[in-house]
Amino acid sequence: MEDIKKLEEFQAKIDADVKIEPKDWMPEEYRKHLQRQISQHAHSEVIGMQPEGNWISRAPSLRAKVVLLAKIQDEAGHGQYLYSAAETLGKSRDEYIEELQTEKAKYSSIFNYPTLTWADMGAVGWLVDGAAIVNQVSLQRTSYGPYSRAMVRICKEESFHQRQGYEIMAHMAKGTPEQKAMAQDALNRFWWPSIMMFGPHDADSPNTGNAVKWRIKRETNDELRQKFIDKTVGQAEVIGLTIPDPDLKWNEAKGCYDYGKINWDEFWNVVKGNGPCNKQRLKHHIKAHKNGEWVRKAALAYAAKQKEKQLVA
Amino acid sequence: MSNIKDSQGDVWEVFVQSKPGLPHKHAGSVHATDKEMALQNARDMYTRRNEGTCLWVVPLNAIVSSMPEDSGSFFDPADDKAYRHPTHYIMPEGAKHI
Repeated sequence: MEDIKKLEEFQAKIDADVKIEPKDWMPEEYRKHLQRQISQHAHSEVIGMQPEGNWISRAPSLRAKVVLLAKIQDEAGHGQYLYSAAETLGKSRDEYIEELQTEKAKYSSIFNYPTLTWADMGAVGWLVDGAAIVNQVSLQRTSYGPYSRAMVRICKEESFHQRQGYEIMAHMAKGTPEQKAMAQDALNRFWWPSIMMFGPHDADSPNTGNAVKWRIKRETNDELRQKFIDKTVGQAEVIGLTIPDPDLKWNEAKGCYDYGKINWDEFWNVVKGNGPCNKQRLKHHIKAHKNGEWVRKAALAYAAKQKEKQLVA
Repeated sequence: MSNIKDSQGDVWEVFVQSKPGLPHKHAGSVHATDKEMALQNARDMYTRRNEGTCLWVVPLNAIVSSMPEDSGSFFDPADDKAYRHPTHYIMPEGAKHI
């Protein structure tokens, strides 16, 4: 049983936009929601390195390669910021990683799609990072201090990611007919999964209620999705590519784009683990984690020895 | 925010000074098993874009924090001392540059 007075004070703070900090009292449900959401976010950054890592050795130029490497290094950094924020909620990094590896925790389904061509590096940066930015800009105002600070930092770094992706797409769209077709194909494959990244429609989203009340989320799935679509349509037009949605139409009355029906069966199928790459992504993560085990052990053993030496001296 | 042990080394809090003359500001944390590793990890995590001129890393368990639930009584002594603020004093009409 939680103290009703404490709960009221907590809600009053949230309503007054006072951030919640790690040592503050918080309802267990709030803590659990954040543990789940922040770790899921962290896992997504880390797993998200894999589809891009696929192209490091095949980048078409040295410039493209250093850019891709820098971007992937950023993703690793973003994962670290988020794990750090999640750890302030009283769970260790080992526990979070174990939850990922035993499939108790999810990561964004978008990373369960394969990256088949170089144009996919463009589509991922432009659309996947683009969608992530819309979500993360909103989360900068989230009620939990450490999460909010991590988001501010991430947003500063993320815009380079989207721009480099859009640059690749623009470049290919201006290239040979084969290159343009490759760019269009990447857009065709990544468009729908990208707009699914915002999650189910508000009416079907069980976690939205409390998350909005506690100001963990400041905008709903549908509001964020709409923002992303409205931004992106014009960008596709500028580079002469077509968004693969025949129902996409400007709605003068609403002042935004109407879009076609999302295939939620596909979404839930991938969430449940049946996407094209779910098994591969997790297997690779486990392998990399195991391969690093001796390094972690050696570092701990070295630190213990140094401590001993200090005590003797 | 207990100092939970795991296989990843201790938690170190990171403070970045962005320019000479400015105070070091808390940026986040890293895991590391010793000072050098903590500094290097902090550099790779928090200054990939020249964000800093100096870094501090501090073991989390070396930081002593006041507790939010005690903040009322803890900061209470400063509450009734309005005379510590310049606005407490009434200046004569027409006095300038004070």
